[in-house]
Amino acid sequence: MKQPVLMKKGAEANLYLADWNGRKVVLKKRLPKEYRPKLMDEQIRAYRTIHEPQLMHEAKKAGVPTPIIFLVDHKNTTIIMEYIEGKQVKQLLNEISKNQRQSLCFRIGELIGRLHEYGIVHGDLTTSNLIQRSEGKIFFLDFGLGDKTKELEARGVDLHLMKRALQSTHYKFADECFESAIEGYSTILKSETSENVLDKIREIERRGRYVAERKERE
Amino acid sequence: MTDKRAEERYCLGIESSADDFSVGISTFNGKILANVIDAYVPAEGGIHPREAARHHADVASKVLGAAVEESGVKPPKLSVIAFSQGPGLGPCLRTGATVARALASYLKIPLVGINHCVAHIEIGKLETGTKNPLTLYVSGGNTMVVAFDAGRYRVFGETLDIALGNCLDVFAREAGLHQKPGLPFGALVEKLAQSGKQLIKLPYTVKGMDVSLSGLLTAVVALFRKGEYSLEDVCFSLQETAFSMVTEVTERALAHTGRDEVLLTGGVAANKRLQSMIRSVAREHNARFDVVPTRFAIDNGAMIAWTGVLAYTHGTVTAIEKSQVRLRWRLEEVEIPWLQ
Repeated sequence: MKQPVLMKKGAEANLYLADWNGRKVVLKKRLPKEYRPKLMDEQIRAYRTIHEPQLMHEAKKAGVPTPIIFLVDHKNTTIIMEYIEGKQVKQLLNEISKNQRQSLCFRIGELIGRLHEYGIVHGDLTTSNLIQRSEGKIFFLDFGLGDKTKELEARGVDLHLMKRALQSTHYKFADECFESAIEGYSTILKSETSENVLDKIREIERRGRYVAERKERE
Repeated sequence: MTDKRAEERYCLGIESSADDFSVGISTFNGKILANVIDAYVPAEGGIHPREAARHHADVASKVLGAAVEESGVKPPKLSVIAFSQGPGLGPCLRTGATVARALASYLKIPLVGINHCVAHIEIGKLETGTKNPLTLYVSGGNTMVVAFDAGRYRVFGETLDIALGNCLDVFAREAGLHQKPGLPFGALVEKLAQSGKQLIKLPYTVKGMDVSLSGLLTAVVALFRKGEYSLEDVCFSLQETAFSMVTEVTERALAHTGRDEVLLTGGVAANKRLQSMIRSVAREHNARFDVVPTRFAIDNGAMIAWTGVLAYTHGTVTAIEKSQVRLRWRLEEVEIPWLQ
């Protein structure tokens, strides 16, 4: 293997771009975190390193594009996966028209719907974890905080996190983006189920601290 | 506006959102001349809002007098009165607001309602000299990771249920610890944790950039009641787990926003172990680390006074009829005209 090049220093892992048996790959290496106790750190990193590729594999079965996993090296807490050539949805949202944004978010919503229907929650639905490849396919990355569950609560939290991520990073069009995503989401899950998830999101919001909805009731 | 120089103009700030009643006085160029804090310590249990409010009403004139004396600023020389308008406990906020309204009316000077969370960040920046930090604000009522962007403070991560300080306090109470003035629950847990050695596995819940602490609290209380481990080990495990969670989301927000300053504030900021964890991630991402001095990190009047200066000098005035307290005033709702 040629010398890997550091592509991104993330919070949880370093991403290196490398050439692996003639393929362009990403090495995702979860490095020890000095701040937490060694035992806790090892458990967290080991769990996520094994768990993430499993969920990525499951996501494919649900019909949601994720990078191909080539190797899981749990000893070095490293995953070797396909490099997705494309653009982060985080940047893309700022560069496209309102109509394009709506259809992009609608499609993202559909994909989240497929994940949830299959029994997966992503756990970190930010726009930097979504990449659109040149032909238009949207890839989901970073399943480290994901889970296999069909619980309403987990689904609600998943979408609530996405809403919050949109509000903090894309505050100019957070509401329209989330609305389109929900429209897409609702086409996949049965209407009764998606209604329940939407109710759950509202409940989670009310549970939260200092929210407008609760304020109105005072 | 008068043509007096900034160092000769003064704002008096009143903070009363929870268990502290405090009055601070700041010059218009950010010199803190007084910061008097009187804490309500319940004999038993948590903060009862009405009892805390009664405490605030009882000590208000004493604390005001002490702040005036400490600063050497006679009330007629004040230019503006600022008060903590929310978020917080209703009866407590209302007591401070009443004092503020009375003072402003009597002295015939403007009143400014201040968001408590904004004040924590602004005093932190003033005291540490940071310009545009990612802020971790951890207290008995709040746990959030915040950064300024396009006119407002944006909340990147927060607790999905209870605050970090609340988690430590409730555990300490359940474990039968007793806080004293100057030795709050957090400090007691920190001290015990220092002699803890064994790390016991507890629920670790990070969801995106948010944390959930209520499951951890339930588990740690149950663990303590089982009596299989020493209180020291339980405190140690609680701190290590809870602090690792907030540190992880801070690091996530730091990588996401790419800021080069990290500011730690709020009552829990006094904890040395938490400081060392946040310092570690700041270093890892080549960011400067600052922690707000404890007297300005806990709830205090100086932060309200200084934020009052910022708001007032940028055109914010709160009419008496619009000065009702806002129990759930979210940080993101506040426009910040003094930052670009």
